[in-house]
Order: sequence, then C-alpha cells, then structure tokens
Amino acid sequence: MKAKIHVTLKQGVLDPQGKAVQHALGSLGFDGVEDVRQGKFIELELSETDPTKARASLEEMCKQLLANTVIENYSIEIA
Amino acid sequence: MKACVIVFPGSNCDRDLQVALRNAMGSEPEMVWHGDSSFGEVDLITVPGGFSYGDYLRAGAMAAKSPVMREIISRAKKGVPVLGICNGFQVLTESGLLPGALMRNANLKYVCKDVHLKVEATDTPFTQGYGNGGVLRIPVAHHDGNYFADDGLLDELEDNNQIAFRYSDGDGDLTEDANPNGSRRNIAGILNQERNVLGMMPHPERLADPALGGTDGKAMFSGLVEALS
Repeated sequence: MKAKIHVTLKQGVLDPQGKAVQHALGSLGFDGVEDVRQGKFIELELSETDPTKARASLEEMCKQLLANTVIENYSIEIA
Repeated sequence: MKACVIVFPGSNCDRDLQVALRNAMGSEPEMVWHGDSSFGEVDLITVPGGFSYGDYLRAGAMAAKSPVMREIISRAKKGVPVLGICNGFQVLTESGLLPGALMRNANLKYVCKDVHLKVEATDTPFTQGYGNGGVLRIPVAHHDGNYFADDGLLDELEDNNQIAFRYSDGDGDLTEDANPNGSRRNIAGILNQERNVLGMMPHPERLADPALGGTDGKAMFSGLVEALS
C-alpha cells in the first residue's frame, strides 16, 4: 500500500524559507498571501497490507527518522 | 590520552580535527569509519564538520542513525566525553545526545567567516583550557546553524549552566549583530546535563595553529589533553 507523509514546522518555529517564498510571491504580484509555511512530502510504498499495522510502523518511522519532533509535526495518510 | 575522529561519507573537517588532536596529544587519533559498529577504547570521541550523507532529509539526520552512532550514544551514557563540531553538533542533536535542533540560518545564507565567542562555561574538559573565560575568535562555516529550543528548554539550559559558548562582539557583548545565524539567545555551543557532551557550530580546529591565522581554538584541544590524560 502507499503511504503519504507530510512533515511541517511546528507553530512557533520560525520558517525563514517560507517567509522568503511569501516575499517572492508578493513581488510576482500575488497579493494577499498572508503566510507561507514550507514542509516536506514523503511517499512510501509498503509491503504491509494491514492498515493498522502500517500506521503503527509509519508512526515509528516519523518519530525515529522522517521528522525531527523538536521542531516538526507530521501527518500520515494511507491510500 | 586516546581520541578518535568519526568519519562519515561527506565529512570534510575530519582531517583538520585529526591534525589539531595530533598536535595537542603528540600521538595519532584513531579514524573511525561510520559503518563500524565498534572501535578501540578512547578517552575522547570527536564528530567532525562537513555534510554527512549530503545533508539528506535534515543536516545530521542520516548520520545520527548510522551503526557507529549507537556505540557513541552508549559510550556517552557511560560518561566518555564527546565533542561535536558543526555537522557534528547537528548529528548530536539529531541523535538525542544534545537537546534542541539546528535549523536553516535565519538569513538563509551559508555563513563562512570568523566570529567572536564568549566562553560561558569553563568547568568542563572541553573548555577548561580557557581559564576564566573570555572572548575567542573562531571561524564558522555553515548553512544550518540556527539553534532552536523552546523557551522552557532555553531557561533550563541557562539554569543548568549548559550553554558553553555564545556569539558575541569583540568585547563579549551578546548583540544581535554578533549573531551570524539567528540562534536563539546567541547560542553557539551547548553541553548535555552530565557535561560530557559538547556540540558547537564554530570550528576551533580551524584556528589551532599560527599557520592558519590564529590559535584561539588551540586551548580547547590542549585543555582536553590536560583533563583526560
């Protein structure tokens, strides 16, 4: 099965790259972009067929490697 | 005294550290490849700067999970001193040996220049060579050196005297202008609670010989030799 993981910076953690993107969008004429937060999107192909087991395993993957939980949140989507 | 330098694919300050340690110790440090899960008994483990694993995923994230790190974590927990410089600092935070995280520099630029550092803690084997403290001139060279921790953790670090170095001006004043990367509270280097693990972004090994243009980094290595011999 396929799994999709989004890793984003926690609220309260400054995102200078997001700010630079926001600024660049403004200078391209896209008005009204009030905030930009940049993150990562990770797609995994798993051999596991049980969604509950897959989710438990993905949780561990996020905690141990895919996200740094000091500064990042993650969300898991199983297709 | 015996020391080792951990070498990851993408490390690029391992040889500089090797030379600084050799000059201070008068003997050869052991160079340990990241894939090795064991290495000889040593009094000091050093994790050098560079771009281990090309900074894939996050700076230091992949190296923190390499076989050699399991051994380093286990020895650090037993009290063996561990020094992480630049990418080594990132590896130590990613491995959980040091609290907080190192993020992209606030100005988004790679910063490569000499900075001033105020020595905030001298009661450790790493910093005892700096006597009563003072201000050092040491180079930084990094893109991800912006130290982040939440307010609670920052207060805790200060209460426990875990901040070893802060970016300052030449007089030791902790100004915003002196902060090259946006690190919270001008933090340049921190200790773990047990004070046997130090991580720092600046490179003392790059200014430890007059031929390199300065010797402010030298006292770190001579102090370590004195403390650990």
